[in-house]
Amino acid sequence: MLGYIAVSFSFGVMAVGECGITPLVSIIISLTNLTSSGQQAGVKMISEAASLLEIGLTVLLINLRYSLMSLSLSQKIDQDTPTGLRLLFGFGISDEVYAVAVTEREKINAKYMFGLILLPFLGWVFGTALGAYASKVITDDKLLSALGIALYAMFIAIIIPDARRSIKITFVILVSISISCFLYYVPYVNTIGLGFKIIISTVISSLLATFLFPISDDIEDIDEKGKEDIENE
Amino acid sequence: MSKELYIFLAILIMAIVTYIPRAIPISFMKHEIKNKYVKSFLFYVPYAVIAALIFPSILYVTDNMIIASIGAFIALVLSFFRQKLIVVALVSVVSVYGLLWLFQLLGW
Repeated sequence: MLGYIAVSFSFGVMAVGECGITPLVSIIISLTNLTSSGQQAGVKMISEAASLLEIGLTVLLINLRYSLMSLSLSQKIDQDTPTGLRLLFGFGISDEVYAVAVTEREKINAKYMFGLILLPFLGWVFGTALGAYASKVITDDKLLSALGIALYAMFIAIIIPDARRSIKITFVILVSISISCFLYYVPYVNTIGLGFKIIISTVISSLLATFLFPISDDIEDIDEKGKEDIENE
Repeated sequence: MSKELYIFLAILIMAIVTYIPRAIPISFMKHEIKNKYVKSFLFYVPYAVIAALIFPSILYVTDNMIIASIGAFIALVLSFFRQKLIVVALVSVVSVYGLLWLFQLLGW
């Protein structure tokens, strides 16, 4: 819960302070999206007036990971759960919700999912509002600038523990960063939009890793990791 | 296109492409994906995306690239030692804030 408020707070600060989006719009984005990395990339592209196609493709790619989680939960959920209810709570499948739900020992049902999603959802919207208005009130340029690193630091904290665990994950991360830097710094190439830079880096590095190191069991490892994280909380 | 319409459409599109990958598989998939290449690709994508989101953008969060690099390095080290998300974020923010003051006082 605290984690959700912290992440959404820094999203609010970034959206309003750095990208010049109004507080109300940033809150609406959090209400309708409920995801950190997709929203972050989205508001950055909006502030750069990227094309709608670029925004759609980038955010879709960033959120592709959810299809894996959603798929995994489809094996876990009570078979009798009506499709209508599934369509509703599907909205709330975030990284953290997934990690908790997938490590339940027994089959889960719709009531369980709604209960699990409620607090993170409220925390997410509340934190965004807090961050959005805080960035209007805070006049200290240094503090605003320093807060800008929060979201990136959290992204680092999400991927590095897994990279430490798996050389394959380290590989895909390093390749992706190399391509991303190449697209950022090399003249002519660097004129393409931020979204396309992310898409190209992701697709090439993931495809490369897929063919060099196809995995079949590591998906179980994610579940193990989720379990560890919960025990650490 | 007016700015308001652009932002409205952008948010609508973002919401749709966030909702679909989450809700469709759990609503309609009744069996597991067997193809190991598809599974592998889906496994690697999140790490690749997040890595590309971080670098090199993180180096430009402040006007001073050296300070941003130190902040990124601190986040890397803390994450390597499995510190909590919120700890990593707070320590990075405080370090960058402190360094911004320090550099100003030193006149760098």
